[in-house]
Amino acid sequence: MSGGKKLSAAIVGPGNIGTDLLVKLLRSDLLEVHSMVGVDPASDGLARARARGVEASAGGVDWLLAQDTLPDLVFEATSAKAHLANAPRYAEAGIKAIDLTPAAAGPFVCPPVNLETLADAPNLNMITCGGQATIPIVHAVSSVTPVSYAEIVASIASRSAGPGTRANIDEFTETTSHAIEQVGGAAKGKAIIILNPVDPPMIMRDTVFCAIPADADTEAISASVHRMVARVGEYVPGYTLRAEPQFDGPRDIWNGNARVAVFLEVRGNGDYLPPWAGNLDIMTAAAARVGEQLALEKATAEVEEAR
Amino acid sequence: MNDGGHVANERRTKVAAAEGRTPAKIRITDSTLRDGSHAMAHRFTEEQVRGVVHALDGAGVEVIEVTHGDGLGGSSFNYGFSLEDDIKLVAAAVDEAANAKIAVLLLPGLGTVEDLKRAHAAGASVARIATHCTEADVSLQHFAAARELGMETVGFLMLSHRVGPEQLAAQARIMVDGGAQCVYVVDSAGALVLGDAQARVAALVDEIGDEAQVGFHGHQNLSLGVANSVLATQNGALQIDGALCALGAGAGNSPTEVLVATFERLGVPTGVDVQGALAAAEDVVKPFLHRLPFADRGAITQGYAGVYSSFLLHAERAAERYDVPAHEILQRVGEAGYVGGQEDMIIDVALQLVAERDRADATV
Repeated sequence: MSGGKKLSAAIVGPGNIGTDLLVKLLRSDLLEVHSMVGVDPASDGLARARARGVEASAGGVDWLLAQDTLPDLVFEATSAKAHLANAPRYAEAGIKAIDLTPAAAGPFVCPPVNLETLADAPNLNMITCGGQATIPIVHAVSSVTPVSYAEIVASIASRSAGPGTRANIDEFTETTSHAIEQVGGAAKGKAIIILNPVDPPMIMRDTVFCAIPADADTEAISASVHRMVARVGEYVPGYTLRAEPQFDGPRDIWNGNARVAVFLEVRGNGDYLPPWAGNLDIMTAAAARVGEQLALEKATAEVEEAR
Repeated sequence: MNDGGHVANERRTKVAAAEGRTPAKIRITDSTLRDGSHAMAHRFTEEQVRGVVHALDGAGVEVIEVTHGDGLGGSSFNYGFSLEDDIKLVAAAVDEAANAKIAVLLLPGLGTVEDLKRAHAAGASVARIATHCTEADVSLQHFAAARELGMETVGFLMLSHRVGPEQLAAQARIMVDGGAQCVYVVDSAGALVLGDAQARVAALVDEIGDEAQVGFHGHQNLSLGVANSVLATQNGALQIDGALCALGAGAGNSPTEVLVATFERLGVPTGVDVQGALAAAEDVVKPFLHRLPFADRGAITQGYAGVYSSFLLHAERAAERYDVPAHEILQRVGEAGYVGGQEDMIIDVALQLVAERDRADATV
């Protein structure tokens, strides 16, 4: 493997997500792109990968697994159904899977929250775009004070919602709700997604509401939110606060809880997808981040072994 | 082109009579206990629900909608928490109604098929699935589930003023192909002005009329809910929404009692007893209202700028919390093109107005 690159990675699924991810991986100092894999010989994504000097095949996972040198990682950007079929084959071949589909064959991962605890899992699921945008904030609050309930509202441009999302929008709300609890640390989670068709398209917006105790330390919560926004900003440069976290005092209709509201904007990096598609960018950026962290851990392990 | 609703309706009645039939009966769906939930800040009690259902059912209203204003699953920070669980209120309504069907609203992206199943188990028999007027394809899994449950299905194309008649009809087609038995032109902003409503209803009737019914849901922000409803029926709409005392978002809905009285005068059968509807409004709903829906500056701004009616109370709350004018918030929300469900953006806009004011103060 060339230079300092520690892991090789294949991308399966040469659609919009796979192509955007490819641009990010080609920029990485830690990951080497093994190949781009699809099933349609006429795929634009495969042609684009070839034009960038990446080996590309329409032979599907059969082709990938028949190669003399297998990748260390595979990024799956197909569909939940395809990933469920492919996942056992990757596992058998000893390839770690980073799953950008809603299949959730492996544990949910949100890089700044729980990646460290999951490095050994053979399959990692990237949750949803709204989850990647909001769960870091839920966690930032829940690491300071108990969060009995967290609710997120993700607003995305209609044009960035593909047919898969549209055909099964419940999958978004249900998966994100579960991850708000399991990864974000809220006792109960709720997720809402809104598609807005305005033209020019709106940049992805996310709002996080957390129920917090009446006497919660608001300064500590604000500081924790700011730290987390900076951490996500390391891999999603367009991840910003629209305003300072907003605190509202306790109310009876909130079961006596107070509330913090955090307003976020997620502007995409414009790698392949346009900047307004921050929802897609944060998925590919988070997945690339997972791959890079795994490569860094391997490098650290090698140094320790050499001692 | 339009020679007035009364003349047109007389002609419609005469034509029908000459052909030996009565004008098509229209069905009133009362949404006091759903759209009215906005005006009540989602604080309906079970007793109020039972009282309203009893009165409407007795007056002959065939469909009564009962849900949080933003539909199943709407109880939240973003839209306001319900006093009582939706499912409990649906069950109470079903128990109270002798003849009327109980309907529930569901907005995909907020409510889920699981929510719909719970409502069905509680006795709801009409599923009304609402999407923004350009996003009909997010409703397909919910229509499929509703049909599988054996529920009657109604599609709701919200903020219908945002697109032209042809594009709206194409979205209605998607819903009908997905299993909708009726699709409504929903004037969520109360922004359709007479011919706008007429043209949209006519386009939907042309597109789906052979396979499904067309409905109209009006708001009073420009005081045209009833007039638009009359025009809708003259153009083939067979289902019309109203709410007692206009109880609903913004300046309220087309008042059910006014719709019933007007249609009776026009000779259009609704099956609803006028005196019964008037009594339901006057004796049952009016006594528990804290404020009657009214076309004030905020509500008119909504109709004028095309803003989702449910945003009104949220804008008023944000205005109070951040000391900025509610109508300025609503104007900005309209300019930004925010759609139903984006209540969080109202706080965001209020914060922007505060930031702008602070910058202006700093430069003085």
